[in-house]
Amino acid sequence: MIVSRRATLSLRFVALLYLTLLLLAPLVIVFWRTFQYGFDAAWAFMTTPAAVSAFWLSILIAVIAVPLNTIFGVGAAMVLARSKVRGRGILDALIDLPFIVSPVIAGLALLLVYGQGGWFGNAFLNNGIRIIYAVPGMVIATVFVSLPFVVREVTPVLREVGDEQEQAAATLGASSWQTFWRVTLPTIRWGVAYGVVLTTARALGEIGAVLVVSSNVAGSTLTLPLLLYQRDDQVGSQVTTSVYALATELAVISVAVLVLMTMFGSRRDKAQ
Amino acid sequence: MLYLSVIVVIPLAAVLVKAFSSGLGTLWSSIDNTLTVRALAITLGASLIVAAIGAVMGTLVAWVLVRDSFPGKRFINSLIDLPFALPTVVAGLTLIALYGPNSPVGIHLAYTRGAVIVALLFVTLPFVARSVQPVLLELDQEVEEAAASLGASNATTFRRVILPALRPAIFSGAALAFARSVGEFGSLALIAGKVQIASIVIYADIESGSEQAAAALSVVLMVISLLVLFLIRRFGARVDR
Repeated sequence: MIVSRRATLSLRFVALLYLTLLLLAPLVIVFWRTFQYGFDAAWAFMTTPAAVSAFWLSILIAVIAVPLNTIFGVGAAMVLARSKVRGRGILDALIDLPFIVSPVIAGLALLLVYGQGGWFGNAFLNNGIRIIYAVPGMVIATVFVSLPFVVREVTPVLREVGDEQEQAAATLGASSWQTFWRVTLPTIRWGVAYGVVLTTARALGEIGAVLVVSSNVAGSTLTLPLLLYQRDDQVGSQVTTSVYALATELAVISVAVLVLMTMFGSRRDKAQ
Repeated sequence: MLYLSVIVVIPLAAVLVKAFSSGLGTLWSSIDNTLTVRALAITLGASLIVAAIGAVMGTLVAWVLVRDSFPGKRFINSLIDLPFALPTVVAGLTLIALYGPNSPVGIHLAYTRGAVIVALLFVTLPFVARSVQPVLLELDQEVEEAAASLGASNATTFRRVILPALRPAIFSGAALAFARSVGEFGSLALIAGKVQIASIVIYADIESGSEQAAAALSVVLMVISLLVLFLIRRFGARVDR
């Protein structure tokens, strides 16, 4: 189909205008608002004790949740793509649940099971383990919402490459463990990497599910997004530099994530 | 399987049990009141609008990214993933910064339904674009040339040849965007203001201790989401995200 020059240009114009208004312009404004009183003012807000502890809590939660979901994700993808066990279809359907269930519902669900008076909550509390309104609950909530990414990225890659190489390795006497490490993992590594980046982005940015199970105490159970939410709440609609400073901090992290996504994404596409 | 049960399945089952715990009557009365019905109507309405606008604009963006070429295209291409990378609460804040009370462009959308729709368009932007893009890439251009050589105008070629090929991908993308919009919380938490969005009503219910009401509304949302998921599997193209 030969589209006239004018049509091409106007389509391009509309698409770019839409993306600029929706994505770029708001982001630029946030950077501008952050630094309008100078870099030092913004940096001061990013390095308050509350902000620093929120930063490390976000990192801690991601460091626990991401490896858990990666191991589970690769395992589940192997089951979905390779084995013929019964219940595979159910597993396939259940894995998508965290994507379609609202994060707030995820928080509520964990509250009902692990909270005080919940199904398992009292058993943990009696042994002195606090899950809800504490860090373990926030980790579980993060695991919940970021669970499907690795599975969904790795399964299609496994299906695409087929299992001939793995069978060849097995014929040559490799144990299944060796086959996995030497043959399967290297083929799917960029898919895994892409899934890990998506999981990390979600883990660092999640608010809904974590908000429900956090006690909202600065310095102990506030992640960066939660601290931002709380600071914004305190100043009402007059959003101040402190909030924008946190937003910039998060935005910088996510731009780094975006760069990694682009890199891993193109490597993965080439590998296929 | 145990991992999935402990973290996802058992907790969601607990929501179901909670919703039905005091009988069907209570469940129904906590859904059938003006506040809840209104919240559901607003949420579903906004999600439908977002899915519709998203379908059109997402397809257009995908088209420009595949068929057009201009300097900076690769940059724009990776920009599409920004909403997946950016924390949703930051997304909400960025929109307040631009369209809120101190708006530099003089548009005051914040705390209205318009703001809700803009925020949802932001977070769901990649769904349609990323689901249409690969299909468009693989589309055989010879068929389009054949249509043109047989005398079809561009509009006819688009409507009769290209659109039918893209339809499943557009449908999946829009349905995912719809499902995401129905449950979205993060980006709306700051900007919805007094607009009663379902997920925000659920959060308010949890905070005020009425877990049963929260569970009831949750069940309604989950049923809607499951329905959408079923429709995608039935009619849509398989997408990975």
